Amino acid sequence: MAQSKARHPTEDPVWAKAVIIGLMLAFLGLVLILPLAAVFAEALRKGLGPALAAISNPDALAAVKLTLITAGIAVPFNAVFGLCAAWAIAKHEFPGKPLLITLIDLPFSVSPVVAGLIYVLVFGLQGWFGERLIDHDIKIIFAVPGIVLATIFVTFPFIARELIPLMQEQGVAEEEAAVSMGASGLYTFWRVTAPNVRWGLLYGVLLCNARAMGEFGAVSVVSGHIRGLTNTMPLHVEILYNEYDFVAAFAVAALLCLLAIVTLVLKGLLEIAQPDVKRGGGH
Amino acid sequence: MTISIRSVEKKFGRYPALNSVDLEIADGELVALLGPSGSGKTTLLRTIAGLEFPDAGQVLFEGQDVTFASAAARRVGFVFQQYALFKHMTVARNIAFGLDVRKGRDKPSKAEIKTRVEDLLKLVELEGLGGRYPSQLSGGQRQRVALSRALAVQPSVLLLDEPFGALDATVRKSLRKELRRVHDATGVTTIFVTHDQEEALELADRVAILNAGRIEQIGTPHEVHDHPATPFVCGFVGEANRFEGTVSGGRFTAGPVVLPAPGAADGPAIAFVRPHDLVLDAAGFAAKVDRVVIQGPLANVDARLPDGRRIEVCAARDDAASFTGEVTLSARRTHVFAA
Repeated sequence: MAQSKARHPTEDPVWAKAVIIGLMLAFLGLVLILPLAAVFAEALRKGLGPALAAISNPDALAAVKLTLITAGIAVPFNAVFGLCAAWAIAKHEFPGKPLLITLIDLPFSVSPVVAGLIYVLVFGLQGWFGERLIDHDIKIIFAVPGIVLATIFVTFPFIARELIPLMQEQGVAEEEAAVSMGASGLYTFWRVTAPNVRWGLLYGVLLCNARAMGEFGAVSVVSGHIRGLTNTMPLHVEILYNEYDFVAAFAVAALLCLLAIVTLVLKGLLEIAQPDVKRGGGH
Repeated sequence: MTISIRSVEKKFGRYPALNSVDLEIADGELVALLGPSGSGKTTLLRTIAGLEFPDAGQVLFEGQDVTFASAAARRVGFVFQQYALFKHMTVARNIAFGLDVRKGRDKPSKAEIKTRVEDLLKLVELEGLGGRYPSQLSGGQRQRVALSRALAVQPSVLLLDEPFGALDATVRKSLRKELRRVHDATGVTTIFVTHDQEEALELADRVAILNAGRIEQIGTPHEVHDHPATPFVCGFVGEANRFEGTVSGGRFTAGPVVLPAPGAADGPAIAFVRPHDLVLDAAGFAAKVDRVVIQGPLANVDARLPDGRRIEVCAARDDAASFTGEVTLSARRTHVFAA
């Protein structure tokens, strides 16, 4: 009797909680934290000097720059089109809507390598538009545009997927109210729809950004691995690793990890700053 | 603003929501659209608002065809079921929205908008709350904000979709009076949708009762209650005991129950008797009292007929003592419809 008084009636016994939490921590440690720690440990194995040298190497700096440029183009692009797609799906009825929803998920279900190959087939030398592009001296494959295109493809669903359920939950009553009072479609979008999803949008942008900076498979296919020109950070890490330059490889990898951690910290801060994002807010 | 609805039809997929609906609303009237869920009342309201376009038929405002005019062009004020307040705007910005969106010469000056918002806040007794956000208001206060936002554009007609549906009973009562007061103060033609008959009968000048996409009856609260046109209206508006039986020679018979049915044609029929129309009468039919519940000045009696069917009687509280054991009842008034 005394024991049953001590804990809440619907709570699990202490030993069960301990086992479950312990298992979870062990798993996280083994799969997530240990490898992450290993990346930093390997990077700093010969001290801070060689690690910093690896990062400040011109090829590494070019890779960082290209990664930031790629994310800088892909993320705003996906933000705009993700917002459009979510708006169309959540607020409107039209034939073929289920097809559009399925298409948005396509990048998640297709292997990134295939995503890269699609662009090689379309824009590559032997591809559909290959000759015409050469005639006009436009380079897409083995150049920056191809990398950006592949990244956009792979990261497209993040923002749309984040916004669709949010917009669906909010319904169309506020938009109807705005329109019934004489607001135009565009005015309604900017003054009513967009403010209601701004936190969800920001959240999607951060996730999309993290993925855009880390994308390997699709980018690897279209990049051509030209050092200092078409290498993004993940590709640069692979090249260094394959050349047995472990310290440099892990140093660049550590930098990539830091970018990801900064993104996650921002995401966490966002959740604290806006506590009712996930709780629906409002009513 | 007079409103005419002429033979309006609307289908959602294969499901008919409105089935050749006709309705005339006079200037300055307060009309309730009453019906069970799925009866088409909200669709009718949205069709009047311009938020739905009908498949067939016409909507006329002041004789002008507005069937396919936008809600904004019709200058309707619409209060949504869950209010649809703009969450990220203050109360004042919410109310001013319809004025803020105007362009050019139509747009009032900032000072005019401010004055208008202040006036509306005063009208709905929310002075000083203009700086709050909707999430900081109670349900009743949100409802008032929604009402004043709809009134801000000086609408030709005010439309409300289940305006009190999301509120608790006490707030609901006081807001009903509030809506009546606002209607009387502004004189704007008002139509509201409700599934609550008490609300419709108390508040409206006229009530339109909808069932399965059709208007069953339209009339004053008194007319629809005391002279129901159809069995549906009789069963839906007010309490009623329902009997299925036959009419023969001006008398309705259903098992042990015999009721007067003057003027009704012979044949199978459905009869309704309101609980308060049943009285103790030595010459009447027999019933056994199960339970008497005192509610304020009334005594609600649950009784049982010899064949086991239940019957409800409503009497004055002072007569409660007479309702014990076996009683005999007769009906002062019945509503008989051919089945």
